[in-house]
Amino acid sequence: MSADQSTAPVWQEDIFKALKAANIKQVCYVPDAGHAHVIRRVHADPDMRAVVLTTEEEGVAMTSGAWLGGQRAVLLMQSSGVGNCINMMSLLQSCRFPFVTLVTMRGEYAEFNPWQTPMSKATQGSMELMGIKVLRASRPEEVGDIVGAALDAAFEGGEPVAVLLSQSLIGRKKWVSK
Amino acid sequence: MSNLKSNAATIERREFVTALLNELPKALVITGLGSSCYDVYAAGDRDRNFYLWGAMGGAAMIGLGLAIAQPNEQVVVVTGDGEQLMGLGSLSTIGAQQPKNLTIVILDNGHFGETGMQYSHTNLGTDLCAVAKACGIQNSFQVSDAKDVSKVVQTVRAANGPAVAQVFVKADDLPRALPSRDGVYIKNRFRQSLGLAPF
Repeated sequence: MSADQSTAPVWQEDIFKALKAANIKQVCYVPDAGHAHVIRRVHADPDMRAVVLTTEEEGVAMTSGAWLGGQRAVLLMQSSGVGNCINMMSLLQSCRFPFVTLVTMRGEYAEFNPWQTPMSKATQGSMELMGIKVLRASRPEEVGDIVGAALDAAFEGGEPVAVLLSQSLIGRKKWVSK
Repeated sequence: MSNLKSNAATIERREFVTALLNELPKALVITGLGSSCYDVYAAGDRDRNFYLWGAMGGAAMIGLGLAIAQPNEQVVVVTGDGEQLMGLGSLSTIGAQQPKNLTIVILDNGHFGETGMQYSHTNLGTDLCAVAKACGIQNSFQVSDAKDVSKVVQTVRAANGPAVAQVFVKADDLPRALPSRDGVYIKNRFRQSLGLAPF
């Protein structure tokens, strides 16, 4: 285990454990600091495939393709990426694909960068408009359970689900002028 | 002004797609929306076809997820220049992953055929084959002669890495051939062809 992993918050390892327990094979992502631990763990796992994307909507299509081929996949992104996905999410409803995305929130808690705020305010509503069920985890001890519930709802119940990971979980970003 | 090879194209798109799929009876086929969807359906409906009626820009990425999930199957994406241009970044993502069993066939007529035949970017300077190569899809090539369909067939069968075939087709406005628009049905039928439960 690398130094990074031993210092990552427990809730981030809990997400990885939930993905493993649900037999997730493909994890595609546009990176975020809050996902960094899970991304490292997936890259290091020979039984999982980590796929870096150029834009988040690719992940909506990719997870659907994985399901067509019998594998379970999830999409990791930050809240600013949700807006990029909107039309591609029509695929989920039209074909009733199971879908799970884990979204780290920006723009809602001690946010320094105002450019993050507009999409942050629209994140939950825009996904709900596209027919996606939205859950939220705000306390470290509930993260693993909520992610597990989302994976069950999707892959056992056929629902498209997003889990928002509150910015307060990730903590204040340190902004220091260079 | 336009400067594309497709303006001198001789390939009939439906004949080309039919010849291609006749040689690849087991291939898993993802279509783009619009003309490429109609072309694949006109070649004969198959359980192993997944037709897009929307989700523009997503065909190649559906192909990637599928190719990773089913590494021993031939995965062929049949799409158009406009659909691939909307998902240009996916060529970069696919280049990074190097799936051996994924071939993307771009039927390039240099136009947006479904919306009034406006010029697309391939008619205005973008070389999709060069883009694919520059994204790390080394086996990217252009097809200007219908008999070279055999080269595409061999590429799919060889499964040596991701490939892009940019096929210059006539900018015809053909009668539509409409597959089912019931996405749930098409999805479940496709999965059943792989022995997967319909869900």
